[in-house]
Amino acid sequence: MAIQITKIFKKKKASILERWMQNQLAHVGLREDLISNDDLRADSSELIVTLLDTLNEKNLDDPDSSDFDPVVELLNSLSLSRARQGFSPRETGLFIIGLKEVLIGVLQEEIIDHKELADLSLKVHRLLDNFSISTFEAYIKGREEVILRQTDEIAEISTPVIRVWDGILALPIIGTLDSARTQVIMETLLTEIVESGSSIAILDISGVPTVDSLVAQHLLKTVSATRLMGAECIISGIRPEIAQTIVHLGIDLATIITKSTLASALQHAFKSLRLEVRQQRIDSVLSRVKPQ
Amino acid sequence: MDKIPILRMGRFLLVTIQVDLYDKLALDLEADLIKMVGKTNARGILIDISAVNIVDSFMGRIISNIGAMAKLVDAETVVVGMQPAVAITLVELGLPLRGVYTALNVEKGMDLLKSKVLREEETDPDDDYAGDSSV
Repeated sequence: MAIQITKIFKKKKASILERWMQNQLAHVGLREDLISNDDLRADSSELIVTLLDTLNEKNLDDPDSSDFDPVVELLNSLSLSRARQGFSPRETGLFIIGLKEVLIGVLQEEIIDHKELADLSLKVHRLLDNFSISTFEAYIKGREEVILRQTDEIAEISTPVIRVWDGILALPIIGTLDSARTQVIMETLLTEIVESGSSIAILDISGVPTVDSLVAQHLLKTVSATRLMGAECIISGIRPEIAQTIVHLGIDLATIITKSTLASALQHAFKSLRLEVRQQRIDSVLSRVKPQ
Repeated sequence: MDKIPILRMGRFLLVTIQVDLYDKLALDLEADLIKMVGKTNARGILIDISAVNIVDSFMGRIISNIGAMAKLVDAETVVVGMQPAVAITLVELGLPLRGVYTALNVEKGMDLLKSKVLREEETDPDDDYAGDSSV
């Protein structure tokens, strides 16, 4: 008796696709802005074909069977691409859940015996629920990839090294310093020191919300590495609260030159490079600042 | 048998490390350098490590040792041209090379040595080289 089911589905393949498409197109949540009807149809038909190719009477009872690998793979890739395109979890999930409704519907029409119908429906439910779960897993993985990529991008763009003067680099740090970020900061700073031949680097931490012993340790590491390269490192932008925390935590920053503002750090840098910045004597509105 | 040449430039010694230092070579360099300082009465040592890409704790220690030994015989040590990766490694190893000066390149290193030695000579009238400004 059980032999029926694959036959039924194969016989009704075209009708399953049509109904499924109709359901999807009629759904209020259809995202025509993200995927065209043709693409949706192609995806749907590919999924049905793959599913019916792999489905047989034996593996119907066993949703974890490796026979379904191609289906799961296809679903995963669909789900991943949808996650990247910006589909919501609900929209992604409804795709596969919609297919279940159609398949059950077909079974209801074809099988008259109630007991058998219930039995087969349960199997189909289990199988497709399993697919739904793996779709969700893939969807979440896709979103996580997006988040990871964004984190990397933020780390990359959040460490600009600015050449404020010939021989002076400034690096404004914004956000919390963790070890991964310190590594990126250190690398970009040191590379830039070599490239520009700068002898002074200013680390501005006015954008760092809190300084704890770990952050201080990261700062000390960066300063030591800069010193090893043969450049001097000044830390600027130490707010009063941060100074308080540093002293209360007993962190020793005595070996480092620290300044309260970027301006005073720059002044210190000018002094050690024996540069002088002063206002022009001429009583001109257009008094310009120029190096001596 | 490899040997790292030590060049004499006025009152300074110039060492350019162009091969990866293995332990024996580094130990030999340390001994040679300190002997050379004694022989030539050098006031400064400039070590160029711009060609060194790999560093371990042993080499970090050798450089620290050279700096400390040179200090004992009244000579300053400047390490120049360190690669970013090497600097990061040394910091991660906890070897910040206290006791040696660092400079970005040979030119800046030479300037640094001159300024250190000259300043000392100005403030130290008993120094043998006091008054000799033809460096």
